[in-house]
Amino acid sequence: MATTSSPPATAAQAPPQREGLLQRLDWRRYIIYIGFVVVFAAFAITLGDDGFLSTNNLLNIVRQSAIIAIIAVGMTYVIACAQIDLSVGSTAGLASVVTAMAISSYGLVAGIAAGLLVGLVVGCINGALVSMLNIPSFLVTLGMLGIAVGVAQWITDSAPQPILDPTYNLVFGGGNFGPVPGLLVWMVIVVALGAVGLAKTRFGRQVLATGGNRMAADFTGVNTRRVTFSVLVISSVLAALAGMLYAGRLESGRFQWGSGDELSAIAAVILGGTSLFGGSGAVIGTFVGALLIGLINNGLVLAGLDTSQQQVVRGVIIILAVALARRK
Amino acid sequence: MSQTHEATEVSEVAPLAVRMHGIHKAFDAVRVLTDVDFEVSRGEVHALAGGNGAGKSTLMKILQGVYSKDAGTIEVDGHEVDVRSTHDARAAGIGMVFQEFSLVPTLTVAQNIFLGVEPLSRGLIRDREAEARAREVFAQMAVDVDPRAVVGRLGTAYWQLTEIAKALAQDARVLIMDEPTASLARHEADALFELVGRLKERGISVIYISHRMDEVFRIADRITILRDGRRLMTERLVDTTPAEVIEGIVGGAVEGEMAYRRRHSHPGVDAGAPPVLELREVTAGPRVQGVSFSVGAGEIVGIAGLMGSGRTELARALFGIDPIRSGEVRVRGKAVRLGDPRRAIAAGIAMIPEDRRAQGLVLDHSVRDNLLLPLLGRFRSGPLVDDRAARSEARKLVQRFRVKVADDSKPVRRLSGGNQQKVVIAKWLGTGPSVLVMDEPTAGVDIGTKTEILETIRDLADAGMGVVVISSEYPELLAVSDRVVVLREGSVHRVLDRDAIPDENSLQLSVQGA
Repeated sequence: MATTSSPPATAAQAPPQREGLLQRLDWRRYIIYIGFVVVFAAFAITLGDDGFLSTNNLLNIVRQSAIIAIIAVGMTYVIACAQIDLSVGSTAGLASVVTAMAISSYGLVAGIAAGLLVGLVVGCINGALVSMLNIPSFLVTLGMLGIAVGVAQWITDSAPQPILDPTYNLVFGGGNFGPVPGLLVWMVIVVALGAVGLAKTRFGRQVLATGGNRMAADFTGVNTRRVTFSVLVISSVLAALAGMLYAGRLESGRFQWGSGDELSAIAAVILGGTSLFGGSGAVIGTFVGALLIGLINNGLVLAGLDTSQQQVVRGVIIILAVALARRK
Repeated sequence: MSQTHEATEVSEVAPLAVRMHGIHKAFDAVRVLTDVDFEVSRGEVHALAGGNGAGKSTLMKILQGVYSKDAGTIEVDGHEVDVRSTHDARAAGIGMVFQEFSLVPTLTVAQNIFLGVEPLSRGLIRDREAEARAREVFAQMAVDVDPRAVVGRLGTAYWQLTEIAKALAQDARVLIMDEPTASLARHEADALFELVGRLKERGISVIYISHRMDEVFRIADRITILRDGRRLMTERLVDTTPAEVIEGIVGGAVEGEMAYRRRHSHPGVDAGAPPVLELREVTAGPRVQGVSFSVGAGEIVGIAGLMGSGRTELARALFGIDPIRSGEVRVRGKAVRLGDPRRAIAAGIAMIPEDRRAQGLVLDHSVRDNLLLPLLGRFRSGPLVDDRAARSEARKLVQRFRVKVADDSKPVRRLSGGNQQKVVIAKWLGTGPSVLVMDEPTAGVDIGTKTEILETIRDLADAGMGVVVISSEYPELLAVSDRVVVLREGSVHRVLDRDAIPDENSLQLSVQGA
C-alpha cells in the first residue's frame, strides 16, 4: 500500500540528546549520602574522644532522629505532590495529649485509637479544604498549626498529661527490643512502607504525577483531588503517630511535643533530594536527611556548643547542603 | 496525482473508525457546534481545519470526552459509544496527542507511557516490564527513544513521540494530533510524517489539525472544514486545491472597521532619515536566523508567519530576552547592544508582550501603579517617589489612551481584556520609545476594543514612532501594516508592500508557502 509520505524509515532518525546528563543527575541525587558520610567522618575524627562513636551515642542519634524521620516520610508524599503541611508538629502535640488523656480515662486500646483518630481527623480537614475548596495547603495547614496546638493547650489547661500505662510506654518509643531501641523499629517500618509505597505502587506514581504536572495527571485519568486529599491524610496520621511516640518515650502527653518539627521534617525532605516544586521524591533520601539532621544536632552538642551556636551552625549546614543539591 | 494519493482510494472503502453524527453543542446559549457530521475511515489521515472559533477544538474535545455533546451520536468502529470522560474515550480507542503536552516532566518516558495503567505484580509496579513494553512500542513506531530517560530532560520532539507511544500502548486506534509540528524543527516534522505513514499502514486513523496547508496536502487523505460551528465541506485532497481550502477557512472575513486606511503621514522608509529600527542578519534565540528588515519613522510593519516560524522569538530577541548571537540591530541609525530588557528600553525599544497577563501587568496592583512602574525613576523627590507628579502623569496616560476606568487606583485585574491591553500600551509609551514591538496586540479582546487598539497603533505611527506588529490574525495585519514581513522557519521569506497584497487569501497563501 502506497502512502503519501516517503517510504518507511528503517532506522530511527532521532539524535541522542542526553550526553553527560546521567553523571550530573547521579551526583545531585547522591549528594545527601555523600554529605552524610562527610559529616559523619568529620565528627568521628574530631569528636571520637568525646564518645561520638560509642554504640550508646549512635543509638541516641537514631532515637533523636526517628520521630523526625517518621514525620518526614509523610512530608515527602506531601511535597512530592507539590503541597506543604505545616501542621505536623502541632498535630503531633495534639495527638500526644489526646492519647494520654484517653489512656487514663478509657485504657490502652482507646488511647491508641484516639491518637490515630486525631491524625485522621486533622488530615481529613486539611485534605478536604485543600482538594475540594482549592485553598493553598500552605494557608490551610498554617491555620491548622495554630488550631491543633491551641486545642491541645486548651483541653489540657497547658498541663502535662502523664501516661502510667507501662505497656504503652514500652511499645511506643520508650522501650528496647533486645539491644534495638523501639523507636528504631517504628522508624524502619514507616520508612520501608513509605519508600515502597512512593516508588512502587500506583498510588505513589500518581502522587508524583500530580506533583509533576497536575493537568497532565488529570488528563491521564488520575484523580488528582483524591491524591491530594490522601497525601495530607497520610502526613497527619504519621504526625499523630510521631506524637504518640513522643508521649511513650517521655511518658506523658504535652502540647509542646513536636513543636517546630515541621521545619526539621521539611528540611529532611529537601535534604533528601525531593524537589520543593513537587514531582519527584525519595523516601530513603528523606530518611538519610533526617539522620543527617540528628547527626548534626548530636555532634554539635558533643562539641560543646551552646544552643544558640547550635542553631546557627545547623542553619548553615542545611542551607549549604540544599544549595549543593540544587539543580543548576 | 492519483498515484501519490492511492491511499485515498483504499480509505474510501475501508470501514469507518469514527463517525460523529449530528453533533450539537452550546455554551451558555452560545451555539458552538450545529449539526456537525464528521467521519474518519480506518487507516485514514483526516485533516480538520477552520478558523479561530470555527469549532474544531470543541468537536475534538467532545470526541475526547472533555466536553459532553448536547445532541448527536458518536460511533467508534461501528458501535455507538457514550463518551462521558477522557477515560471513556481512551477505552473506546481514541488517543490524543496534545498541543499542550500532557506528560509529567519529572517522570521517565516509560513511567509516563504507563501512568495509571502500570503493570503490577502483587500490587507493586514492575518498572522493568513497563520499560520493555515501552521499548516494543517504540520499535513498532521505528523510533529510538530511551524509556528510562526523564521526560523533562528531553526535547519536544521526544515528548511528542512519548505522547504517541502513550496512546498506542493503550491500544488507541484513532489518534488526534493538534498542531503536532508547531514546536518541531524541519527534520523532526519530516520524521513525524513518516511515522504517521507507518501508523496508517497499521490501520490506525489520524485526525490531523493543522493550519499549515503544505503539511495537510502532504499527509492527509481527506479534509473537513468547519466554519461558524457548521461543517462547510469534506473533500478528498486530490479533488481540491490549497486556495480552495483557504477560501473555505477564511470565508467572507469581516471588512469595514478592519479595512486598511492609508494614513496621512505614511512616509514608508524615508530616503533621508535613517530608519528607526534596522535589523541586519540577526540570528538569535532558538529560531531566528539571519533576519533583516527595517522600519521607518511613522511606519507600521507587520510580521506574519505560522506558529513556530520565529514570530514570537523575533520579538523576544528585539526586547533582549533571547540573546542575539550574530548580526546587528540599529535604532535611529545607531548600533545598539541588546541582551536584557533594560538595555532594550534604554535603546528606545518598547515591547507589548503576547501574554499580557503574565508578562505585561501586575494584575493585583492598581492601574496607576502599573502605568508608573517603568517611569518611577522620573518622579523622584529625594529618595522617595513624588506622588503628586506621578498621579497626574498616570491620569494623563489614562485619558490619552482612553482606558475605561473610573478610578485609576482600581486593580488592573478588574478591567476588561481590551482595557488591560491599553494599560500595557500606555505603560510603555510613558518611556518615550522610538520603536514599539507588539506581539499579538489584540489577542483575546472583543471586536470593539480591537478596532480601538488598531486605531491607537495608527495614532502612534502618526506620531512618528516605528511600530512592529506581530500577529497570527491576517485581517489585523492587513488593517494596520504598511508593509508585511513574512517569516518562514526563522528567516525572512518575503517582504510585501501593503499595496501588493490584494486580500487576506493572498497573504495566507504567501505565509503557507502554497
